[in-house]
Amino acid sequence: MIALHAGPEPAPRRQLFVGTALACAGIITLFGGMLATWMRMRTNAIDATGEWLPRKVIVPEVPSNVMLIAFLPLCIFAQWAVYAARRDDRPNAGLALGLTGLMGLAVINGMVFTFNQIRLPVAGGAYNSMFYAVTGTFTLVVVLGVVFTVVCLFRYLGGRSTDREIVSAHALYWYVLAAVFAAVWFVVFVTK
Amino acid sequence: MTTIETHATGTAGQPHGSHSVAVVSGTVSTGGLVRWITATDHKLIGRMFVGVSAAGGLGVAVLGVLLGIDRLAADHSVLGLGVVPQLFGAYRVALIYAVLVPALLGLAIAVVPLQLGARSLAFPRLAATGFWLWLIGLILVVITIAANGGPGGGDRKMVEGFLAAHIVVLLGLFAASLALAASVMATRAPGMNMRRVPPFSFAALIGALVSVVALPMVIGGLIYSLVDYRYGGSAFGSSKELWDHVGYGFTQPLTFGFAVAVFGIAIDGLVTSTGKRLPMRGTMFLGFGLVGLGVLGGIVQFAAGVRRNLFDLSFGTALSDIVPFAIVQLLPLLGALIVFGLGGLALSKGRPQASAGAVLGMLGSLLIVAAMLANALYHIGDARLGGTVFEEGTRLYVGYGAVVAVIGGVTHWAPKLWGRMVPTKMVIPLGMLGFVATVLASLPYLIAGFAKQPADAVVFDYSGPKALWNALSLIGHVLMFLTIIGFILVAVGSLTSRNADDRPDAADDPWNGQTLEWATSSPAPENNFAAVPVVTSPEPLLDLKQEAARSA
Repeated sequence: MIALHAGPEPAPRRQLFVGTALACAGIITLFGGMLATWMRMRTNAIDATGEWLPRKVIVPEVPSNVMLIAFLPLCIFAQWAVYAARRDDRPNAGLALGLTGLMGLAVINGMVFTFNQIRLPVAGGAYNSMFYAVTGTFTLVVVLGVVFTVVCLFRYLGGRSTDREIVSAHALYWYVLAAVFAAVWFVVFVTK
Repeated sequence: MTTIETHATGTAGQPHGSHSVAVVSGTVSTGGLVRWITATDHKLIGRMFVGVSAAGGLGVAVLGVLLGIDRLAADHSVLGLGVVPQLFGAYRVALIYAVLVPALLGLAIAVVPLQLGARSLAFPRLAATGFWLWLIGLILVVITIAANGGPGGGDRKMVEGFLAAHIVVLLGLFAASLALAASVMATRAPGMNMRRVPPFSFAALIGALVSVVALPMVIGGLIYSLVDYRYGGSAFGSSKELWDHVGYGFTQPLTFGFAVAVFGIAIDGLVTSTGKRLPMRGTMFLGFGLVGLGVLGGIVQFAAGVRRNLFDLSFGTALSDIVPFAIVQLLPLLGALIVFGLGGLALSKGRPQASAGAVLGMLGSLLIVAAMLANALYHIGDARLGGTVFEEGTRLYVGYGAVVAVIGGVTHWAPKLWGRMVPTKMVIPLGMLGFVATVLASLPYLIAGFAKQPADAVVFDYSGPKALWNALSLIGHVLMFLTIIGFILVAVGSLTSRNADDRPDAADDPWNGQTLEWATSSPAPENNFAAVPVVTSPEPLLDLKQEAARSA
């Protein structure tokens, strides 16, 4: 009789964490490509006409700075959830995840506030359409992050508190989003 | 209980039945439309990808024929100049994103978990969602182009729809690629480290990572184009200029990164056909990785070429051209040559059987190496090939080369996917016809490129036998159409035949394989393995057979 030896139960190789890391790699290249195109178009426009940002348009810097600052506690809360989950501390993990979601909503609110404040029509020029394309796409990935947080939270509230991998993957996602927003903030809101 | 039990062998079509081992577990699912729609079995998802991309291949060949007919009458357009840009657009999208990427991805999704000793794909629902997104997006792309959308289209709403559908297509491929890459990274059997992963699985991992990294960049470009076009088109131009900012996603060297799994099919087929262990696996994997560096073509978003009059340039200026050119254009070629060299070494170690995986995989790889050489030439400024059909010829080498290899791969792994043998004696000649078709479709455009036949145009003039080159290419497309149709007929005939004498059920290990997929029953049951096997070498099944032979 020829047979391969039976193995133990499949080793937990953190599929969800690996999958999230790959998705994060995709998000990084998505925004890396978009910001690279932004900078190229900006340089071309300045070389051609000396102007990139339309006149009379004032980019609201306060909400963008607040969003950047909001990512700091957001990451801390996400890591707090990981810390609590590792210690089977359900109340703290739940609280941390709730606060993470709240901060995510604050970032979305900040972006919507920016859209209202900037008074920039989508039609009307390269800057206009590209501004909304970059910031709109970023808002979309933040919304996905909030959904991820809600799923995490429900799993915890539902009693699956031993499933710590999802909390780690969730924290990784927000770390990457924080790094991506730092780049968006610098290119779109600071150098404009 | 052991993981893998022997069971009765000696089935017809079993040349190496004496050492066959198989898992007896799980059930093969029942039929029905619902089963296809809700499929989470990786073999089914992979088969759906391959099946639809076969239809895509037929579509590309038909478009090639239509455009070829139009190019034969070089002084006027038969189809109408308003339609031609859209057909060229569809031709380009379909070759890369309806044939090249999904066909290789589908084959990998179907086979890789079996090779890894995994019971399922990581994130099977994500992969299934990816398939449906891709399919729906593809249907929408066809509809929008037919309704005067697409590049150069006159209906604004349809052009917007085309861009949005295109994003959906790429999102679907991204999702499926992510599931595949995560599978190789996180679902391998105990003991199977990265050096022990079978060549096809490793190459498929590289191809999936290329997609995970590169497709979002193309999606980003398409989002810009969509928003801009929707609100006036002041930044990214009219519908005729839609491709200008995402063109890198449809051309070389990025397509080499997508096609790296072709080399995996060749090496896996070759190693299985010789029955010997693969020498210098680490170097071989390095070769796959270098081919995957074609992804840099997507990341840098510019044509890393050498400008004209290179020898008149200062040393520093010349170097600033040569270094990016060497990294982006030549390293993938070096990787392919390493793979070929080690493949030759593997071949010299044994007496290979003529298997479809080995023969057609090698032919497909050869076509892609030809594309790499042509692409390097295309980016040398002094060759003055920019804006000519030379690039289209190179792209066809890659796309059709992948078709030839996938035909070999499907035939090789058909026993595990359908439980039936596809007759090698019929498939190898068909694949060879596909090889000839590819050369005929592509090579004339390389020659016409030197004569300055413009790209994406049906009205042109140059001195030379322009009708001859375009007629030869047209014949190549016709032959490719016949190749794909022929293979579909042979495969469907074999897989659906109820005549047991005519088309026998496949044995569990018909090729005397070395890797884990040949250790389960044919067709592989829904969960692949009753229990996850332990792996102690890159060729676990060969170990077992040698051990059995020694003890006998």
